[in-house]
Amino acid sequence: MYNSILAHRVCLALPAWLAKLKDEFYINFVAEDRYKYLVKGLWMTLKITFFAVLLGIALGVIAAIIRSTHDKTIEEMRPGFGKGLLIVLNALVKLYLTVIRGTPVVVQLMITYYIIFASSTNTLLVAVLAFGINSGAYVAEIIRSGIMSIDNGQFEAGRSLGFNYIQTMIYIIIPQAFKNVLPALANEFIVLIKETSVSGYVGIQDLTRGGDVIRSRTFVAFMPLLAVAGIYLIIVVFFSKMVSILERRLRNSER
Amino acid sequence: MKKLFTKIVSVALIASMMGALASCATKKSLTVNKGKLVMATNAYFPPYEYYEGTKIVGIDAEIAEAVAKKLGLELEIQDVEFDSIIAGVQSNKYDIGMAGMTVTEERKQAVNFSSTYATGIQAIIVAEDSPITDIDTMIGGDYKVGVQTGTTGDIYITDEVGDERVVRFSKGNDAVLALSTGKVDAVVIDNEPAKSFVAANEGLKILETPYAVEDYAMCINKNNTELLNEINKALAELTEDGTIAAIIEKYIPSNG
Repeated sequence: MYNSILAHRVCLALPAWLAKLKDEFYINFVAEDRYKYLVKGLWMTLKITFFAVLLGIALGVIAAIIRSTHDKTIEEMRPGFGKGLLIVLNALVKLYLTVIRGTPVVVQLMITYYIIFASSTNTLLVAVLAFGINSGAYVAEIIRSGIMSIDNGQFEAGRSLGFNYIQTMIYIIIPQAFKNVLPALANEFIVLIKETSVSGYVGIQDLTRGGDVIRSRTFVAFMPLLAVAGIYLIIVVFFSKMVSILERRLRNSER
Repeated sequence: MKKLFTKIVSVALIASMMGALASCATKKSLTVNKGKLVMATNAYFPPYEYYEGTKIVGIDAEIAEAVAKKLGLELEIQDVEFDSIIAGVQSNKYDIGMAGMTVTEERKQAVNFSSTYATGIQAIIVAEDSPITDIDTMIGGDYKVGVQTGTTGDIYITDEVGDERVVRFSKGNDAVLALSTGKVDAVVIDNEPAKSFVAANEGLKILETPYAVEDYAMCINKNNTELLNEINKALAELTEDGTIAAIIEKYIPSNG
């Protein structure tokens, strides 16, 4: 009897720090449904990242094809409209890469929000455009390095099989290039997920801002920040796992 | 030889650590950095605190300067995000937080507040042709309201209209910028900065009915009651001799 009472008391008294943690957990996440800031923020972060990745890939592939086509073929091209167009496009893409890679993403985001789309009230769209355009520049260089890494013999083989330039690109070069650049591409998307954490600058309630709001209500830095960090970490680990499965699948064709 | 060297180094290391610990334990200073009064603020809140050139000036800055002088300390102002001020004061990064900060019950649980040195009003800024004519139309309609994260405006409005309709910005002027480009329908912010923002941006106005009236005070770490008492004493003296009234009058002329 005495023993059990003692055990009971020890059990209640022992974890003073645990009780404190529990209190902190309660006020940061449970009280006034504060966890909703994180849930909603996470959803916003995922939406921005997903659409920005799609836009980034689209822009990146186009930019990469223009750049590598220019670098590979410009010397052998006959002078004419095609050559002129390619030179102009290449210059435009180079300008795009220089400007985007030369300025911080948070500044680009604010320029997009306050200046370019000053009249738009669709903040999600603004964020997707800003991050997608930003990501596209980095994706372009990654894909270009992939295209350039494919041996010219592959290209010549495609052409001698009767494929035209575009078909060779789509059916022979890009698939091989994609496999080579996958790790670098995955890296870029991991960076992108985390870069969206600056969305709060333009009033978007993303995951980071969700944590900030909780912090501004509870005045505790510990739990909201660790929770936010943990959620980003989980997303990135999950995403990395997916990519490594994809890599393994793609490697099957090598045998 | 090598072993001996390792031993000497480790003994020296341990000794220096102990020394550091000992000095930590013995040095009890009134403030975080001896001889300095470190003030955290968010310097985008005219006329309480704002940049003039590279210097942070304003009512809060001048009052803090006067208080520091009374305490024989040197004032150092750090410009941080508003929502980080209380956390920083709690973790002893700064001695005081002073940013047109309103005394609220929630904040009182986290930090101590000095006596009040000024009163503020939460005002509503809208576009000149806005359909919002008073608080009730703002709360009742489906309008988006811009606020600065963690301010009392943010907290009140979130309670009133719900999270969905609140758009939170890091700085008050970003919220006003969003208002002037039509991204939000109204901005709730303290009256004096509101006046400065409206003066700087065309096509905006402040609604005549204020949203809430509140008291400004400095926040101080809960464990540092000594500093709290000293500051309150200094504030009382400064109120007595008219210094604070003069500082406020300088930035907010009462006839204007």
